[in-house]
Amino acid sequence: MSITQDEARKVAHLARIAVEEEHLPALAAELNNILHFMEQLNEVDVEGVEPMTGVTPMRLKRREDVVTDGGYPEKILANAPDAREGFFAVPKVVE
Amino acid sequence: MSDLNRLTIAEARDGMRAGKLSSVELTEACLNAIDGAGTLNAFVHQTPELAVEMARVADHRIKAGDGAPMTGIPLGIKDLFCTNGVATQAASNILDGFRPEYESTVTQNLWDAGAVMLGKLNMDEFAMGSSNETSAYGNAVNPWKVDDRQLTPGGSSGGSAAAVAADLCLAATGTDTGGSIRQPAAFTGTVGLKPTYGRVSRWGTIAFASSLDQAGPMTKTVRDAAIMLGAMASVDPKDSTSADIPVPDFEAALTGDIRGKKIGIPREYRMDGMPAEIDALWQKGAEMLRDAGAEIVDISLPHTKYALPAYYVVAPAEASSNLARYDGVRYGRRAKLAQGDGVVEMYEKTRAEGFGPEVKRRLMIGTYVLSAGFYDAYYNRARKVRALIKRDFEQAYAAGVDAILTPATPSAAFGLGEMSGKDPVEMYLLDVFTVTVNLAGLPGISVPVGLDGQGLPLGLQLIGRPFEEGDLLNHAYVLERAAGFAAKPEQWW
Repeated sequence: MSITQDEARKVAHLARIAVEEEHLPALAAELNNILHFMEQLNEVDVEGVEPMTGVTPMRLKRREDVVTDGGYPEKILANAPDAREGFFAVPKVVE
Repeated sequence: MSDLNRLTIAEARDGMRAGKLSSVELTEACLNAIDGAGTLNAFVHQTPELAVEMARVADHRIKAGDGAPMTGIPLGIKDLFCTNGVATQAASNILDGFRPEYESTVTQNLWDAGAVMLGKLNMDEFAMGSSNETSAYGNAVNPWKVDDRQLTPGGSSGGSAAAVAADLCLAATGTDTGGSIRQPAAFTGTVGLKPTYGRVSRWGTIAFASSLDQAGPMTKTVRDAAIMLGAMASVDPKDSTSADIPVPDFEAALTGDIRGKKIGIPREYRMDGMPAEIDALWQKGAEMLRDAGAEIVDISLPHTKYALPAYYVVAPAEASSNLARYDGVRYGRRAKLAQGDGVVEMYEKTRAEGFGPEVKRRLMIGTYVLSAGFYDAYYNRARKVRALIKRDFEQAYAAGVDAILTPATPSAAFGLGEMSGKDPVEMYLLDVFTVTVNLAGLPGISVPVGLDGQGLPLGLQLIGRPFEEGDLLNHAYVLERAAGFAAKPEQWW
């Protein structure tokens, strides 16, 4: 498999990282190189092997569905680049 | 007493208990050492006033007979751990100005035990790197030096390793996703322990790859690693992957007796082109353990070769998901926007200028391997290979092996900038001996064992059974004593 310039543009957009048009060929080449390295995995016989999901054989912990934390909006907003009237502020989302 | 900053945790603890020194004196010695070590760029945010205040409290606590083993011990904290009110930015510009409103479980445990925070330590951006050269703070520098070159302290916990090796603190916290504690420890002649996945809570530690990340101690001795792990580890309801296994007294496990233990030497770790010095060191290590009464056996971990490619699918995939949160809305920086830019432009511009090249590279790889049409070919296949790597270890342990001995790194520390023009994959190969341990979730420790021909430290790695850190530390303790590694970098900074 190999990544074209168009696919590199698409991946960058999916990752929400702006990439200048003139940098796309280099990016595609770089990603191809890394993917080529990963293709060694195709040599392994994985027939019947379950994909590993966790390292310790344990059930994910459960707890009561109750509020355990919260009630401090000022702390939540303290690090926001733009917070107004108790909300995170962002550029207009809908026209 | 002079040079208090050179003490080990155990020495300082015993000295404070005996009333021979105070935590304030110890802390001030470290703060002085930090002031004189700006060149190493290890500490990137200092908290001297907080440190002295914490040391005062610790001294009262010890005087009142209420001291714990870590009480009064001055530590450096990797910039990946959230520290309440103290700058925490994972060495990334995207978290510029971030001051957490909460404390990570690991650091809270350490402060509850009475330890003292000296400040935050340099690292690779979001822990992605093996040389501390991807940091927004600039390179951390290895205190070891043999010619005009400045050497890397390794990565990603490069600042932690440099600080411990240069005696700027008694010990430091690190995190290890593919070798980020063990490799820098090996490059700096220090001890680095990655505990079993689930032993130490990940809550409040900035996430890189959640199924691989584990915090651990970086110390001057194996005994110190045992003491510090005891304070870092806990069963934490705030981390759903924290194991419900009680934390034992790791220091008590250091009996120095490994007679009858079986040490596995995995033949697949004998890589083509491995420097003869590394091979010789490895054999020497095996002889030391044999002389201590252990039995050395050859073992096979057949899927070792596939660990790196599997890692470089799984880790970026998890990172691309974890780092989606850095979008310029809730914390950190937001890019300056042009007239008419909407929310998508805000995300894309913020992430383009906030992340460095290596992080962006991995996020895009992660995004690609998780994207529709490729998920099975890359991500699911990598998870299956990961299951096989884990099974290799399980079979070795089931056959009676107690610990596995390998080199920690394929070379000694290299010069800063020497790898920069190279293919990123070459940098990834530095983790060849360490990533398998993260994929399998096992505990691993790097112990300094000797110097190479240039006079730079080399380490060996011991890998233990899951949740048997005490036994692993005991093996490491025997290796440490037999190797008698006492070299220190000469102070040039």
